[in-house]
Amino acid sequence: MSQEHTLNPEVFPDEPEKATLEGKNKFLGFWFFLGGETVLFACLFGTYLALQGSTVGENTAENLFGLELVFIMTMLLLTSSLTSVYAMYHMKNNDFAKMQVWLGITVVLGLAFLGLEIYEFYHYITHYDFTFRSSAFGSAFYTLVGFHGGHVLFGLLWIITLMARNAKRGLNLYNAPKFYIASLYWHFIDVVWVFIFTVVYLMGKVG
Amino acid sequence: MSENTNSTTTDLDYKKAKKKEEMKQQVVTFALMIVFTIIAFTMVTAGLDKLFVIPILIILAVVQVGFQLYYFMHMSHKGHEMPSIMFYGGTAVAFLTVLTMLVLVWW
Repeated sequence: MSQEHTLNPEVFPDEPEKATLEGKNKFLGFWFFLGGETVLFACLFGTYLALQGSTVGENTAENLFGLELVFIMTMLLLTSSLTSVYAMYHMKNNDFAKMQVWLGITVVLGLAFLGLEIYEFYHYITHYDFTFRSSAFGSAFYTLVGFHGGHVLFGLLWIITLMARNAKRGLNLYNAPKFYIASLYWHFIDVVWVFIFTVVYLMGKVG
Repeated sequence: MSENTNSTTTDLDYKKAKKKEEMKQQVVTFALMIVFTIIAFTMVTAGLDKLFVIPILIILAVVQVGFQLYYFMHMSHKGHEMPSIMFYGGTAVAFLTVLTMLVLVWW
């Protein structure tokens, strides 16, 4: 059996992301990485919770945050999580075109999220003079939320690169694990955001 | 031979239907996650007592993350024993990390 046939079977296996040894290894390695990422974000959450009260002047969590914007951002990211589930659904059905479309929608939603986050930071800096150096609370806030934003940016670049690189290749058992892993990363970003909007924004607003 | 082909087609149809069924579940999961989010935001804007709101907020977040992990990231599927060990290992260390920092600073 040639390699060509192995990677492009007529019928896709049940779990195309784990059909090859390379795919299995990627899958395991990536979950291990996600375990490490959890600890990394825990450090930033711990720092934020510890320094949340160390504010200077009027710029406290309660005064700064606007829940409307955060709600829209949450909805965007949550929906983008569902659209990447749709992309993986079509990946498993070996429907490359539809997978690309859903990944494209995911990217658009992610970009909208990132745009709103940049607007939010810009607003805090220009209208409230609340910067990274304003207070310990400011440093902790921008580090935590900015790190998450950096993950969103990285995830977007990752998905866009995969889409462009494989646009003319189509789907096979070589790149199926790559798409699957990228979608896991995207879901993880949403997992982190759930805790950010709960711990930083909602609990910050409650006081 | 023809029989053989037939059974493969039925098998394929069955798998396809199964995936479709799973996709429906995913959409239901998504709807529940939206509902949880709306409940969380409404509770905060309603201005209830914070000792009552904060525990509920945390429970809602944990349940939502569980949905995300087990349905969207397929941890409920077979073959996720090692990923679970790795991820929960990370979560355990994460919990200790947050606890340590809070104890150090707030004590």
